Amino acid sequence: MSYQMLSLGIDIGSTTAKVVLIDGTDIIHEKYERHFSQVRTKTIEIVSEIRHLLEGRSFTVSISGSAGLGLAEAAGVPFVQEVYATGEIVRTLEPDTSVVIELGGEDAKVIFFKGGTDERMNGTCAGGTGAFIDQMAVLLDMTVEEMDAASLQHTRLYPIASRCGVFAKTDIQPLLNQGAAKADVAASVYQAVVNQTIAGLAQGRKIDGKVMFLGGPLYYCKGLKDRFKETLKLSDENAVFPEYGRFAVAMGAAIYSRKSSTTFTYDTIISAFEDAAKNAKSTSHRLAPLFANEQEYEDFRTRHAKADVKKVDITTYSGNAWLGIDCGSTTTKLVLISKNNDLLYTFYSSNRGNPVDLVREQLMNIYELCGDRIKICGSAVTGYGESLIEAAFRIDSGLVETLAHYFAAKYFQPDVDFILDIGGQDIKCFKIKNGAIDSIMLNEACSSGCGSFIETFAKSMGHTVQDFAALGLRGTAPVDLGTRCTVFMNSSVKQSQKDGATVEDISAGLSVSVVKNAIYKVIRAGSASELGENIVVQGGTFLNDAVLRAFENELGANVIRPAIAGLMGAYGAALYARKFSSSTIVSAEELKTFTHKSRAVLCQGCTNHCHLIINTFADGRKFISGNQCQKGLGLEKTDEDVPNLHAYKRNYLENLKGTAGKRGKIGLPMALGMFELAPMWHAIFTELGYEVVFSKMSTRKTYERGQFSIPSDTACYPAKIMHGHLEELMDNGIDTIFYPCLTYNVDEKAGDNHYNCPVVAYYSELLQGNMDRLSEIKFLYPYLNINTKRALCATLYKAMHEHDTTITRAEVQRAVKSGFDAHNKFRNAVMAEGERALKYARENKMRIMILCGRPYHIDPEIGHGIDKLAVQLGFTVVTEDGICQLEPKRPTRVLNQWTYHSRLYRAAHYAAHHADTELVQLVSFGCGIDAITTDEVRSILEDSGNFYTQIKIDEITNLGAVRIRLRSLLGALDARG
Amino acid sequence: MDERTYIPFTEEMKKDYTILIPTMLPMHFKMIISVLKTYGYKADLLENYGPEVTEAGLKYVHNDTCYPAILVIGQFLDALKSGKYDPHKTALILFQTGGGCRASNYISLLRKALKRAGYDYVPVISLSFAGIETHPGFKLDLPKIHGMMYALLYGDLLMTLVNQCRTYELEKGQAQALADKWVARLGDELGSGAKISYKKIKQNYRKILNDFADIPVKRYNAVKVGVVGEIFVKYSPLGNNNLEQFLVDEGAEVVVPGLLDFMLYCVYNNVVDYDIRKTGFWKSKIMAVAYKFLCKKKNDLIAIMEDHGLFTPFTHFEDTVKAGEGYIGIGTKMGEGWLLTAEMLELGHTGVKNIVCTQPFGCLPNHICGKGMMKPIKEHNSDINIVAIDYDAGATKVNQENRLKLMLANARENLEKETVNV
Repeated sequence: MSYQMLSLGIDIGSTTAKVVLIDGTDIIHEKYERHFSQVRTKTIEIVSEIRHLLEGRSFTVSISGSAGLGLAEAAGVPFVQEVYATGEIVRTLEPDTSVVIELGGEDAKVIFFKGGTDERMNGTCAGGTGAFIDQMAVLLDMTVEEMDAASLQHTRLYPIASRCGVFAKTDIQPLLNQGAAKADVAASVYQAVVNQTIAGLAQGRKIDGKVMFLGGPLYYCKGLKDRFKETLKLSDENAVFPEYGRFAVAMGAAIYSRKSSTTFTYDTIISAFEDAAKNAKSTSHRLAPLFANEQEYEDFRTRHAKADVKKVDITTYSGNAWLGIDCGSTTTKLVLISKNNDLLYTFYSSNRGNPVDLVREQLMNIYELCGDRIKICGSAVTGYGESLIEAAFRIDSGLVETLAHYFAAKYFQPDVDFILDIGGQDIKCFKIKNGAIDSIMLNEACSSGCGSFIETFAKSMGHTVQDFAALGLRGTAPVDLGTRCTVFMNSSVKQSQKDGATVEDISAGLSVSVVKNAIYKVIRAGSASELGENIVVQGGTFLNDAVLRAFENELGANVIRPAIAGLMGAYGAALYARKFSSSTIVSAEELKTFTHKSRAVLCQGCTNHCHLIINTFADGRKFISGNQCQKGLGLEKTDEDVPNLHAYKRNYLENLKGTAGKRGKIGLPMALGMFELAPMWHAIFTELGYEVVFSKMSTRKTYERGQFSIPSDTACYPAKIMHGHLEELMDNGIDTIFYPCLTYNVDEKAGDNHYNCPVVAYYSELLQGNMDRLSEIKFLYPYLNINTKRALCATLYKAMHEHDTTITRAEVQRAVKSGFDAHNKFRNAVMAEGERALKYARENKMRIMILCGRPYHIDPEIGHGIDKLAVQLGFTVVTEDGICQLEPKRPTRVLNQWTYHSRLYRAAHYAAHHADTELVQLVSFGCGIDAITTDEVRSILEDSGNFYTQIKIDEITNLGAVRIRLRSLLGALDARG
Repeated sequence: MDERTYIPFTEEMKKDYTILIPTMLPMHFKMIISVLKTYGYKADLLENYGPEVTEAGLKYVHNDTCYPAILVIGQFLDALKSGKYDPHKTALILFQTGGGCRASNYISLLRKALKRAGYDYVPVISLSFAGIETHPGFKLDLPKIHGMMYALLYGDLLMTLVNQCRTYELEKGQAQALADKWVARLGDELGSGAKISYKKIKQNYRKILNDFADIPVKRYNAVKVGVVGEIFVKYSPLGNNNLEQFLVDEGAEVVVPGLLDFMLYCVYNNVVDYDIRKTGFWKSKIMAVAYKFLCKKKNDLIAIMEDHGLFTPFTHFEDTVKAGEGYIGIGTKMGEGWLLTAEMLELGHTGVKNIVCTQPFGCLPNHICGKGMMKPIKEHNSDINIVAIDYDAGATKVNQENRLKLMLANARENLEKETVNV
């Protein structure tokens, strides 16, 4: 290697371009800039800036970075994979490093150097990266710098889902709406990034020794550094944040380029890039433009201009008025209507994190405009912040969002039979039948079809939403971005940028994607005729003409978009408020002295320790949120006697206690299949002379305890939490743990087969392979057959005798007998309680909810207390395994081959045949099997004209959204009578 | 299913229906079609690719379902809509293992999709050894299975020979062209209705080997990359964004374990089921006979390859079984199960240290047998370089290729070190 060599390293990431010029061993130039997707232009620009350093010399070049691949290929410049480039530089400069953690715009990487080099990149999921931090800052209405500064002042951390930005948003929004301090939220966002890196990338390998942190976000964000250091328990010496952190990849690329024999001069490299721009070949698929010509656009505009509400000047109107407030997840809307339902006043604004202040300001403004001429006779509030605003301003009534939207839509189209509302991060759609809401679909954990997604993209490309939408209308060949989650779309956009797509085409493509997501993912319709004949669309996202047009194109039909599409919730609330003739709303006087303080506390009501946020108002009133049950509210418990099978089963399992025995202790993790078979294994091992120790039901802590050894981040939460249960048992000194491999579950003769799902069946294999500590103890995971006593005896004897040769066949036979008895006793008790619950509900005229899923969904951490919420809303809660015995086996359209699911299908039939019974299905995110069962359960219910409600649950579930769903269900049921 | 919820394929239909077969392994499947022809069926291998296929799949299948289901169903629907076939004279066929993975439900998903698209009258044949459904016009009897088995053996042989030549051939495309010629010729033989002569088949093996040996090549020390994973995305170019071609373009030699191994895996699971679960004694005895027979067929082919000497022969399945021992229990039998883990190890043992583990995003069995086994595999075999790639309707090529490039960069570095040490 010649030390006079001049080398240029170019690193083009998903959002930024970095350039480093090395002369011999000296870095003579470095530059870091956002490229706003203009990859080629930007590269040429930053290279020409250093013309004076390059001219007259020959030099080597290589390009790295995820967005650099296309350019390198087209320009004929050597490419080096970015992780490899990082490895190159670290080995050169800091050879004693054991782990490198590098966060980029959309990538996260971990490289292990000690004990076998191993490099990990995030997979198709871009959660926990720079782009994610940017998104969160937007949400907090702060710059990244402000957010970072704020995070340093935090006093506590909230759990925020770390898998992807979408989930995190659903967690953060309610926190903000409920008044959590921004400093705490900011630090929690960083913590989520840290957790994501550890869980997603370390995949079972411990991060210790000297750790080097690289990449933009880790260079700029002090708070993030702190979170990493603290979480990984690193000393100052072992946590290295080098000055060149942002440039490591570019430096690696420069050094790598020296291996190549190709040299460039300033002119040759520039012309190579220019040629690359000319030869840009598009490999990604393109779509037809939104409008074929100007005329089409004009017709479109004229048609939609017709759906409008009359506006009346508030300064001249006198008489009664009604107020509607829609305190949504990202925006707050207010509407004041006259006695003719005309608009007197409207307001639409981003929440900027504090809806209470915003509403107060607006109310003061309205009071001022109203003077003595206008009297507010009634008010109603809807949306995420409903209960907070209702309490803060003594609003007359709250109503669930879905109803508010229906009232508004009906005003524009009395025959409306389908409403689609796309807001910031919610998609709501419902069918109307016979004047009542017939079925409701809400997006679950995914908000890929929503507006805030477009907003974030617009901002990242340096545009406002309005500009961005306008550009989209002009796109001549919209890029096809697929119909999956935002995170995937990020990569699709990256790909199209690589292919040189224009901002116009990207904008149009995003609109099409949003629409397709809504139709095919959320509504899951095959064609427009399935939706309805009179479709009303609303919500802020439809104010974007590109989205509206894409929707009509996709449906092949025209729809109505009221001009106040963004205000429909508020308008509906105002229409609803017309039933009042005098209002309790706070007066203009009171507003002047109105103050609002919020503080966060940990509820001590039970072991759940909900994060409560206590809002206190000037007059001493309090509003508490964040609670999973009534306890934290300081209220008397009133629902004690109402049967809740989730609680019953939890109680039953928690009462299985071990008794000291001659063979010592055996640990059983209370997770996955244990929720079904715990009584059986408990009896068997007690009989064999073991003291059975169960791990406790899960909390968030359980998950965190084991998350570092999870190899597959996309597995379901109930499986991932298993790692924590084993850690807990081992921490408690248990040295023998049992969780068998069971291909088949108990055969209840009610399906075509009786499998367990692959994860329940074989998760032990994964645990053994990935949890190092298990090799220090005895982890028993034999393949057993629990279908007959004989087979269980044979398989269990073989396994246990191997473990302890003093165990005899006769002992195992006795144990298996009591195991089967205990299992039957448990099943019978659950079924008896199920029937008692049904009887109780009918005697007390209560609605019944089959809150179904898998046995492990009763775990308080996995089920997130949804059962308690249902009880609060007035349901008697039963489980599928408590009532499935009341239905015979019926033919299914799918292969009915899993034991747990065949119970589901029978439970669905029960709900289908009983008017007082509703079914709500809990689905774990990532459960592949439920893609099949949910469709089947839905058809069973809908064939008989019943509602189907599905709730997707994950690490973190926003109970606010669940509450909306369940309340909408109640609203729909009430409307039905 | 106790009540028939599907349209059976009748004797009547056999006369004039065209059976459509999805793309997975074109060479294997073309020869299988020839076998079917012998028995009076008219079958057609689907060759429609492109975004319309994915689009049709996403439109009619639950989007959280695995990617292979979306593609296969999308391919069927796209074909039915193309106008190329008379939907009233068309039947579809899908393989159904009846295992505990959701793949056993592809058929139900396909029928649901057909119903939504207005083709509920189109019969779907379940091709299953487990006998999940009955179709009077299509019975999977021993003679058919026998013929198909040879189609698989030929297919595996041609596949491995193409892979062992295409990286080095002087004239690009020559190996594949030769394979295509053989597929046509072998198809004619298998479809002629004449009695299958094993002697002739063995002669064919030798002729094929000789033909491939004649392809002018320039051999060099190329990086060897093994491909394992969920069966559809492992084999199908439609499913894996043309992975093999990408690797070849990068100058690597691709090693893909054959399809017969998957069949052997299914049979072997039934053999050992009695040992593991203490039920199904007689079934396991019968399956043991089938297992022995299949192993013999594979081992005969291996012997001929060894005898010929120029090409790397397959691994004996008995050795593949052993390769997974100590890593994963043989009872893990859903999806690709223990075979996936064993194949990674087998590749490592035979000098293929770089492995792409392909899986549809969120594939349940692969959480355990694929991603779940990488840590122990690497711990005990520090020289194995594995990359897991997720395939999905929304996953982009650029992301996949970036990860593959990382794997290849490491592979080249390791190869260089090795060469220096030698």
